[in-house]
Amino acid sequence: MANTEHAAAAHDDHDHKPHGFWGRWLTTTNHKDIGTLYLVFSCVMFFLGGSFAMAIRAELFKPGLQFLDPALFNTLTTMHALIMIFGAVMPAFVGLANWLIPMQIGAPDMALPRMNNFSFWILPFAFTLLLATLFVPGGGPAGGWTMYPPLVLQTGSALPLMIFAIHLMGASSIMGSINVIVTIMNLRAPGMTLLRMPLFVWTWLITAYLLIAVMPVLAGAVTMLLTDHFFGTSFFNAAGGGDPVMFQHIFWFFGHPEVYIMILPAFGIVSEIIPTFSRKPLFGYDAMVYATASIAFLSFIVWAHHMFTVGMPLASELFFMLSTMLIAIPTGVKVFNWSTTMWKGSLSFEPPMLWAIAFLFLFSIGGFSGLMLAIAPADFQYQDTYFVVAHFHYVLVPGAVFAIMGAVYYWLPKWTGHMYDMKLAKWHFWLSTIFVNVLFFPQHFLGLAGMPRRIPDYATQFADWNMVSSIGGFGFGLSQLLFPLLIWQCVRGGAKATDRVWEGAHGLEWELPSPAPYHSWTEAPSLAVLEHGAPSHDTHG
Amino acid sequence: MMTKTSRISIAALAAAGSMAAPAAQAAWTLNMTPGISAMSRAIYSLHMLMFWWCVGIAVVVFGFMIFSLVRFRKSTGAVADTKMLHNTRVEIVWTLVPVLILISMAVPAARVLVQTEDLAGAKLTIRVTGYQWKWGYEYLDSGVSVLSTLDRDSNHARELGSGIDPNTVPNYLLSVDHPLVVPAGVKVRLLITSQDVIHSWWVPALAIKKDAIPGFINEAWFDIDADKIGTYRGQCAELCGRDHGFMPIVLEVKSKQDFEQWLKSQQETAKQAAPAAG
Repeated sequence: MANTEHAAAAHDDHDHKPHGFWGRWLTTTNHKDIGTLYLVFSCVMFFLGGSFAMAIRAELFKPGLQFLDPALFNTLTTMHALIMIFGAVMPAFVGLANWLIPMQIGAPDMALPRMNNFSFWILPFAFTLLLATLFVPGGGPAGGWTMYPPLVLQTGSALPLMIFAIHLMGASSIMGSINVIVTIMNLRAPGMTLLRMPLFVWTWLITAYLLIAVMPVLAGAVTMLLTDHFFGTSFFNAAGGGDPVMFQHIFWFFGHPEVYIMILPAFGIVSEIIPTFSRKPLFGYDAMVYATASIAFLSFIVWAHHMFTVGMPLASELFFMLSTMLIAIPTGVKVFNWSTTMWKGSLSFEPPMLWAIAFLFLFSIGGFSGLMLAIAPADFQYQDTYFVVAHFHYVLVPGAVFAIMGAVYYWLPKWTGHMYDMKLAKWHFWLSTIFVNVLFFPQHFLGLAGMPRRIPDYATQFADWNMVSSIGGFGFGLSQLLFPLLIWQCVRGGAKATDRVWEGAHGLEWELPSPAPYHSWTEAPSLAVLEHGAPSHDTHG
Repeated sequence: MMTKTSRISIAALAAAGSMAAPAAQAAWTLNMTPGISAMSRAIYSLHMLMFWWCVGIAVVVFGFMIFSLVRFRKSTGAVADTKMLHNTRVEIVWTLVPVLILISMAVPAARVLVQTEDLAGAKLTIRVTGYQWKWGYEYLDSGVSVLSTLDRDSNHARELGSGIDPNTVPNYLLSVDHPLVVPAGVKVRLLITSQDVIHSWWVPALAIKKDAIPGFINEAWFDIDADKIGTYRGQCAELCGRDHGFMPIVLEVKSKQDFEQWLKSQQETAKQAAPAAG
């Protein structure tokens, strides 16, 4: 170990960083630089998508239309979803994968560095196309991120731009996934068998396969929209012998695995953080891996639970109801394992642990409403209401987004070499956690009381909870401004971080110096380095 | 046990329930309406069954987590048991117990689901057609048809910057010029379709939400309790364009006799109007 450190220190001055701002960031093939690019991009998109959400909550603050024309409102909900899913959450996970997978498996870089650069630099172009739709004749896409025909075919000039943007995002995701799979399969340090990999690496491996499986399906679906609109085909047009419901089947065959693409890496992150701050190895490591794989498998056979009201045959409704309920089993296993990891641990509550604990509770609430939504007859009442909005925001915001926040607070000292302002980080956490519940919990009530989603104005009996929800929304949005401030401070300076950073931290990335050198593990480490210090997966099996 | 707990919650939410009260729902509503038919009540009980299961599981799981968070703190001197890696017996239990719970949920859910598809014995058929942005209703055997659009007052008040306070408009956004009139105590079949994009016909009091899809016809049925005469409101539930939020559904439930009378008067009007129009 000492040797590696010395070598890294000696190389600090000539680490072959490209010179100049553009030379460094535009042409970089370094996994850490590309990881940073992804994370910065994701943060920008998070605030852009968030500002759209603020506009939506401002309009919904009270009944009556105050600010937004209904068409613009629909554009904002559509763009909010597309930006948050494809611009904020997915690139954040790819950024984390870039930074961490090579360091965690003892690889010098990603296996395909030039493709890595390409897959990132596609994204700014994709989102330029998507955002350009706000300024074209007919306005931006307003048919919802689900793009159901025939409605979406009423979009103006924005339609082809949106479709090409989605093609580009899909290409970027597929390349990113290929890179992750090739890296994990080929560049692991000697002795790191699959069942010794950190859980974050495992969940990303499975996620990458999901992405490769379903992004082409989405590309196919939107291409059919394109040909229906411009080339006279009738895939989704009943008058021409097509079927508008077929789009929904194809879309959700992509869409449901997509949901897990946005949560499996979060599971991986939480599985890293909880053992560290419990000072105890993850309970049931093997079960966690198998549960993740089961969730991924089930994600392919449950898609039509998004479509219980389209009028499917009884047999289909029964099948999709039962298959969806099955997901509760592996998800339950994961939650029980995380809880049991804390049992008989020695817990401390640094910021990453706070986010992980909030994840456990609040993601579970999203899981409960998910179980309720699986019950087809009850879903007739929930479908397309604010109950669904509350459900998926619980799994995506205090689920995926909180895990990403936790990950940044966990690994930031390793990336920058500095500790961040713990007090400010705790403020960020507590404000976010309180406001996210004020924002989304009342939406359950609104949905049950009968408020449909995607409406710019509502009947007066929905006024009270909407006002509460909007106040929560503004509070949550403002609290997030602390995040870039805190990161900026941490990049600029701060107390020197130790190599291990957290007392209970365990894994190859913590054996590297802080900040991690530009090139790390240029020689494959021996897993023997893990045997000192904190307990590990290695002791298992 | 379930019915007792559900009843408590009904009591708590009595003010909110739009059960027989035709007036607008009260503010701060927390829960779903039990509705006005045996089917809507069955769905409501399923919802409450699921809700209480979730509450029960949450109490156990969150309780376990909270206990750990309090009991095993480093600051109070807790030492980690680093040998605790897995436990096959416990893991089998927490895989099998959820399976049993899920089965206990799936059985009643499947039973209700089968009933929702049982259209046998419907005495009256109404075709529901979604348009951007209104609903059309046709009573198939009597040739009566109704076009139902957002009422004038709501339509003025909802304009951007109208200056009209929505609170002054009765049933803001939930009232129409011509409601859908239906009889209580009769099994009614709906044939639901659309002329343009996909809409979704939703009346919470009936627990019916069914998509209206161009080129396809979906079926649904309801049988309202004979004593639930009154007005019930719903909305389009599938995003259908600019005015998706402004195509409400109003259901006027009449007694069987009143309904027959209404239908007859509509037929007369239609007959008188027909030659004039021709």
